[in-house]
Amino acid sequence: MLYAILCYNSEDLVTSWTQAEDDAVMARLHVVHERLEREGRLGPSVRLMPTTTATTLFKGEKPMVVDGPFAETKEQFLGFYVIDVASLDDAIQVARDLGEANPTGAYEIRPMSLYLPGAPLG
Amino acid sequence: MSEIGGIDQSLTAARPQAMAALLRYFRDLDAAEEAFQDACLKALLHWPRNGPPRDPVAWLIMVGRNAAIDTLRKTSRTQALPAEALISNLEDAEADLAERLDGADYRDDVLRLLFVCCHPGLPATQQIALALRVVSGLGVRQIARAFLVGEAAMEHRITRAKARIAATGAAFGAPSAVERAERLTVVAAMIYLIFNEGYSASGGGAVNSSRDQLCDEAIRLGRLLLRLFQVEPEIMGLTALMLLQHARAPARFDAAGGVVLLERQDRGRWNAAMIAEGLALIDKAMRHRAPGPYQIQAAIAGLHARAATYEDTDWVGIEQLYAALERLQPSPVVSLNRAMAVAKVSGPEAALAMIEPLAGRLSGYFHFFGAKGALLMSLGRDLPAREAFQRAIALAQSPAEAAYIRGHLDRLSGAAPDQA
Repeated sequence: MLYAILCYNSEDLVTSWTQAEDDAVMARLHVVHERLEREGRLGPSVRLMPTTTATTLFKGEKPMVVDGPFAETKEQFLGFYVIDVASLDDAIQVARDLGEANPTGAYEIRPMSLYLPGAPLG
Repeated sequence: MSEIGGIDQSLTAARPQAMAALLRYFRDLDAAEEAFQDACLKALLHWPRNGPPRDPVAWLIMVGRNAAIDTLRKTSRTQALPAEALISNLEDAEADLAERLDGADYRDDVLRLLFVCCHPGLPATQQIALALRVVSGLGVRQIARAFLVGEAAMEHRITRAKARIAATGAAFGAPSAVERAERLTVVAAMIYLIFNEGYSASGGGAVNSSRDQLCDEAIRLGRLLLRLFQVEPEIMGLTALMLLQHARAPARFDAAGGVVLLERQDRGRWNAAMIAEGLALIDKAMRHRAPGPYQIQAAIAGLHARAATYEDTDWVGIEQLYAALERLQPSPVVSLNRAMAVAKVSGPEAALAMIEPLAGRLSGYFHFFGAKGALLMSLGRDLPAREAFQRAIALAQSPAEAAYIRGHLDRLSGAAPDQA
């Protein structure tokens, strides 16, 4: 069974870590990553940039692009894609294409600051 | 990380928002600060025991407000509520408050808190010092060190600034859309001043780290503002600009504290994460097609950041961006920067012709003479180059700047022994 683990924390807190503090957390995590990856149990892991870099596409007949992250209220976090494109405009186009296939809800588009491919799973 | 250390970080992170709401209640900076301090003390007491609350900001606002009301009651000799009962009642109130804080109220609170520090009656240095003390919660000693003044002098400066604000009053009503936009502009300028205070004069050693702290703090405030005003391209631009400039900090000084110019910086030491975030923000801002000075400056910094080596720099693009900035926000310093890009594209003669008319307005500006000297030197006109460098040294703001120019002068004397 594949699982996703979603990471939540206070952005105020995390972005006010000093570089040394951030490095220390990442180093501790890295130890766990390495073990899980060796065991073939860890696939891609991602660290997202702050929500200030996010853009949201509200899907529907007339999709609407809005600055900022998606605020979870009535909708829940159900899945995500990892894409490789040259610009935000391209990313939005991908989201629009996906939105045509599945025209309800919203896609939040957020650049990644770290992408680790991990071990092949499945 | 110790538990108290973790709580300390949460308190620091929550400070701007909590202070902003408390200022709305008390309409007085000192009262808001006292209430926040009280709330922090209670947090240090309760959080290790009961675990940190879901929403530390809301908790601090509630407890701070109640503690202040409690104190008022005590001093007026009426029956005070037991503090424990108050705090155990918080869960519901906290959720209630958090919901309300998501609204526009909250945005205006933080904007107001920052705007109060930008009081037009205060000189820029006092505005910055006050914001660092009140909004960021930096200690007076830390601020004094960053400004290279004594602790007592800084304490005095902050007290005076607060008194000035208390005397003239601040606007506590909800701002109109126009007022909000105006406040945002003023506050953005103040945040960039904080950044520049940290960026422009930093050097090696202990001073460097307290200066760096100002840059970090300015970036934190920029991100905070951007979270509250998500569709403002200039706030995206400002935050991007600060990130892209600060990303170069590890490469800007050598081991001896000397300036390392952009062309000689080890780009491998630039902070890749900050650059990526800055570029992402520029990307976002550009979609608005509403260029502004911060966005353009960020775009310039972005072109530098994208170049793998100095030789790869897109000078044509940089020259165009400076030309756009010149139209939007004409200033001799911008023209000087544009001329330096022109030197790369069309050669030093063209650049010299561009900076000549700036001489009058930039007669007290270190970088004008540094740039002029460098252009003359590259044309082999050593004598006027030397004159320009000597003017630059006289205007240098830091030992690092002076040392850099002295390096040029040494090279000039070394290159032309027969002229001596």
